[in-house]
Formats: sequence, structure tokens, C-alpha cells
Amino acid sequence: MDWTIPKLPVADVTNAALDYLTDRFSGVTRAISHTVAAWIDVLTGGLNAVPVWIAIPVLALIIWRITTPKLALLSALGFFLLWDVDLWRATIQTLVLVLLSTAASLTIGIPIGIAAALSRRAWHGVSPVLDLMQTMPSFVYLIPAIPFFGLGAVSACFATIIFSMPPTIRLTALGILQTPGALVEAADAFGSSPMQKLFKLQLPLALPTVMAGINQTIMLALSMVVISAMIGAGGLGGEVWRAIQRLEAGDGFQAGLAIVIVAVILDRITQHIARQAQVH
Amino acid sequence: MKPARAAAATIGSSDKHAISSAVPAKPVTPAIQVSGLTKIFGLRQREGLDLLDAKTSRAEIQQRTGCVVGLENVNFSVRPGEILVVMGLSGSGKSTTLRCVNRLIDPTRGQVTVHGTDVTALSTKALRDFRRTGFGMVFQQFALFPHRTIVGNVEYGLEIQGMAPGLRRDKAMAAIEQVGLKGWAEARPSQLSGGMQQRAGLARALAADADILLMDEAFSALDPLIRRDMQGELVALQEKLKKTILFVTHDLDEAVALGGRIILMRDGRIVQEGRAIDFLLDPADDYVMRFVEHIDMFGIMTVEAAMMRTPCVMTADDPVAAMLARIDEGADEVVLSDQDGRYAGRLSAATIRAMRGTARVDVRGLATTDAILGSDTLGSALPRFSRDVRAVPVVDRSGKLLGQLTDTCIISAIAQQRRVGATRGAAGKL
Repeated sequence: MDWTIPKLPVADVTNAALDYLTDRFSGVTRAISHTVAAWIDVLTGGLNAVPVWIAIPVLALIIWRITTPKLALLSALGFFLLWDVDLWRATIQTLVLVLLSTAASLTIGIPIGIAAALSRRAWHGVSPVLDLMQTMPSFVYLIPAIPFFGLGAVSACFATIIFSMPPTIRLTALGILQTPGALVEAADAFGSSPMQKLFKLQLPLALPTVMAGINQTIMLALSMVVISAMIGAGGLGGEVWRAIQRLEAGDGFQAGLAIVIVAVILDRITQHIARQAQVH
Repeated sequence: MKPARAAAATIGSSDKHAISSAVPAKPVTPAIQVSGLTKIFGLRQREGLDLLDAKTSRAEIQQRTGCVVGLENVNFSVRPGEILVVMGLSGSGKSTTLRCVNRLIDPTRGQVTVHGTDVTALSTKALRDFRRTGFGMVFQQFALFPHRTIVGNVEYGLEIQGMAPGLRRDKAMAAIEQVGLKGWAEARPSQLSGGMQQRAGLARALAADADILLMDEAFSALDPLIRRDMQGELVALQEKLKKTILFVTHDLDEAVALGGRIILMRDGRIVQEGRAIDFLLDPADDYVMRFVEHIDMFGIMTVEAAMMRTPCVMTADDPVAAMLARIDEGADEVVLSDQDGRYAGRLSAATIRAMRGTARVDVRGLATTDAILGSDTLGSALPRFSRDVRAVPVVDRSGKLLGQLTDTCIISAIAQQRRVGATRGAAGKL
């Protein structure tokens, strides 16, 4: 007897679906891609046009306004180091991608998180998708991005948004669900509508948790932007990628260190904001 | 639940008199009317309800359906301006009862009417509007919003009603002043002590000017001393505001201190309803008796309930000869009243004997400050007694003479409580 278990056509189905979607929508997505790519170019170009001796003090001043003088000083030192090793342009490129992707992640992720917290059904729908998004190896997102958005920064953004969104969704939902029951009851007892309860009680109390999610999203975005150098996103990841291909350990380590510096600066700034959100 | 029996009526009758004088005799529409309130927690409520109707025990209902009977046919009403204390141990259903009144918990069956409105029939939106203006609620763990200042918390109820910022701030500040938190308006709840936080909680409940206050173990989380202060202040505030208060507590001393009617609950049912003194002198069952065992009767029983109603009263116009006759019959003193029945002083046997031969007594200079109020507790009257003072005149707030509290009255009051305990104890042994 010859028993064969039919193979589940996961790969075939995925390909077929992608082909179908590419046929139907690639026109639209390519158009989007061109527009976004233009923006990214303008933004990156514009920032690079600013002389370093103006850009670094201005950045330090902004950081000082948001956080502490100490953090501003250390950030300025870090930026200076990046400029010194000729990685300033790459840093700007990476930062622009990270911030754009994060902004998109938050715009999509926070409302989904709120919906997931308020409706049990929404939570049951979102939760497995989040599990999938977080456990899928990040490289895999790069593959379908290419047919839609082509090689380059826009695909990198797309993959980064998907990869970095889950913490924002999860922690927004968690923060809202963690509102102490007694406080929710009090809000109900005084006759709050669901929206009043959300905006006057649950979201303000969830803010520190939401900020922790935003912090994680930024960190994930940075790591993904680095990885998407493989599809031509450039930036600091591009420097690492080139060092790998040429087996230049020194250049690779230098670019890696630059990524660490950017990561530390972004992390400390968001953590500081998260602490400030903790009002009580 | 059972009405106070005749045994309590002899001493408690004057007590009831006191109630009827405080509230108009004509039937008042209750502020809160709860009828047939039943709550079953769990998924198979229908089944649980059927079993409950078939007189199945709570334990069996839980075993067969997984449902917990929270409340079983609870009926009571609260008059406007009254404090009703719902008392019971944890799990007795007292908090569930309170939450059914503003439907933080939806009753499985039964009706709650507030000032004639059937709360149980309101739609979600109508219920929301009703909560905004109809109820103020105070919680055991304060439940202040930590991200708002005290005034931000207090004005919350007004804010969600859509009141203009200036107006609601004024009202909130007035409420804050009322509870004695002036100067703390801009503080965060975490900066305040427990007692002050609960004052803020009270201010929040008062700010919307709702007629009904729902207080859920409001003072239970406070230190004993602060708790007593807050109880006193609530009573004082209530004298002014005349809210209708439903107060849930597990603490009998607190129920006594608040001085209203008391409902004692156990296993989701009302065991007894009445005044504190009824629980003491006529407990419905052994459970109630165990509950009130440690209570000091002197702190509960009023002077009026224990006093003698027919002291030897004469007016200042009565001839001295008539007074002498009473002294000779064995009276220790003569209590005087004026034409309107107000207390006018008293004359000891020795004083009257010294006036032998005169026609009329001279009432000028007689002190009238030695009388005690009928509404005082026996405990507060005790210091007036000594080896020489064995009787104290009793008056009401207008100065009208009600009677006389003698040492014999006090002894018989003690004896009565002991008798209740003894008969119950004997019955238990059989």
C-alpha cells in the first residue's frame, strides 16, 4: 500500500495570493511607492543639506527641551562621533526611515489597540495576527514588499511598519485593560459614556504603558530598518551590509557601533517621555 | 425579617415616637423602593432562578448549575432624607444590593424605583443620564482618579454632564469646602492621607447635588479614629443637606454611630430590619444576637427609651403644702414645669421642708441646666449620676419636660438586655 499524505500548499497558496494581489494592486502600490519615495528623498536630502555644525546643536537643543540637559549633551556627543566617522549621512537616512515607520505604526496601531481593549471580539481577532507578526522571521516581510513597492526605502518602510506595530497594539490594549476596576466602576457610577470613560480615564492611565509600547516599536523599527539594507534601504544598515560583502570587519564594527549609539539615544528619549507620562 | 415584638415595644415605644416626630405622619413616597430584588451570578441564571423558586438551597443551586445566589427576594424602602444602613458580613449581599440600586449590577429579577422612576426599566442612555443627576457614590477604596487633581476629581461628574468649566469649578470648590478640604484642591490624590482622600470622594459625590448618596463601606478602609471622625461629620453634614443615604457597612458600631434604620443581611437575605435598639433587645435569631453581642447598650439606648414618664411634676403655682404632702409620701424631690410644660427646675425634699409655712415657692434662681436631652444616649447621661444625684430630669430640644431618668430606670434597662441574652442562651442549650 502506498499512502501519501497530501502536502498542504502553503507556499503555493501564498504565491498565488501574492501574484493575484500584485496583478490587481501593484499599480496603486507603485504609485504610493513613488510618492513616499519622493518624500523620503526630500526629507533626507533636506536634513543632509543642513550643515552638521547647525544640525547637531539644534538636535541637542530639541532633546534638551524634551528631556534633560545631561541626555542632550550625551546625544550631541554621540552625533558628533557619528559625523566624525563619516556616518552622518547614513544616520540621517536611518533616522528618517525609523521615524516615518514609527509614525505610521502608531497611527495604525494605537486605534487597533484601543479597539482590541474595548471589544472582546476585536481582541480575539487581533491577538493571533499579532502572534504571527511577532514570531515570523523579519526577513520574510521583505520578500512580498518588493513586488508591491519595489527595491528601496519604501519597501523597507512597509516591512518595518508590519514588524514594529505589535508592541504598540499589545501595550495599548494592555494599558487600557489594566485600568483598576474600582476606577472604571466609579466612572460608570457617575454616568460616563464609553467615550468619556476612554478619554478621561482609561487612556490617561494607560499612557505610561502605551509609551512603553511606543519605545519598543521604535527599537524594533530601528532593527528592521537595518535589516532592510538587504533590499536596498541604505542608511547605517547599508554600511553594515557593504562591510559584510567585502569582509571588512573594522568598517562593519564601526557601523554597528553607530547603530548602537542611535538606538541608545532613541531609547533614552522615549523612556524619559514614558516616565513623565507616569503622573502619580 | 420580622417586626419588632411587644417586648421591645415597651421600651422602644418612645423611640418610635421620636421617629414620627422627625418625619411627617402622612405616607411619604419613598426615595428608594426595592422590591423582590434577586440576583444570580453565573451563566445558567434561568435555571438557577427556577431552582430558587422551588426552594432549593443555595449550596445545591451552586452544585447543580454553578450559579451563586447573590440576593434573594430583598425588599426595603428608604424615605427621603433618611440614612438606611445595610449591614452584613462579607458575602452577605450588602454591596450587591447597593450596586443594584444604580444598576452597576443588573438584578436578575425584581424592581428598583427611585423617586417613582423604575430604574430597572431604563435604557442604557437613560440610565446614564439618571446616574449623572440622581446618585452620588462613595467607594471603599476611594476610587479617585490618580491622574487628576482633587478639584479635577470632584468636578468629574459635572464635567461629563457638559457643564461649563467656570461653573463646574465653582461647584466643585464649594463641595471641597463643605468636606473641609479647602486648600487641597490642586493636590493629587496620592498626596493626601486616606481620610482626606475619602473626604475628596465624598465631595465628588456631593458636587453633582444628587439627592441620593450611595456609600459602599465608605469608611471601612480608614483608621478607627479617623473613621469615627468621618462618621460624626457625615451625620453633621446630613443634618444640613438632608440627603437620602444608603450606607453599606460590616461594622455594627458604625451603623449605630450613623443612627439610622438598619437592615441586617445574611446569605443574600434580609434577616432583620429596625433600629439598633431593636437588634439588641429583640434579635430575630441567634445570628443577629451574636452580631450584636459585643455592643454596649449604653451607647445605643436613648434616655427617652429608658426613663420614667411620670415623675412627680408640679407647677410653681402649686401651694407648698401640696409639695410637702408629696415629700411626706416619700418623694425625694419635686420637679417643676411652667404652664407650657417646659422644665422649670427642681426642689429637693430638704428645700421644701425648709419652706414649710410659706404659701408659694420662690422659683427665681432655680437652675434648669441640669436636665438632659431625651435623644441623648444612656451612656452620655451616666456621668450626671452620683451618690447624691439619683434622678435627672429629661427634656426635649424645646425644653419640654419628658420625664425623669432614675438609677432604677438604668438598672432595669441593663436587666432587660441581660434577660434577652439569658433566654436566648437557654434556648440554645435545649
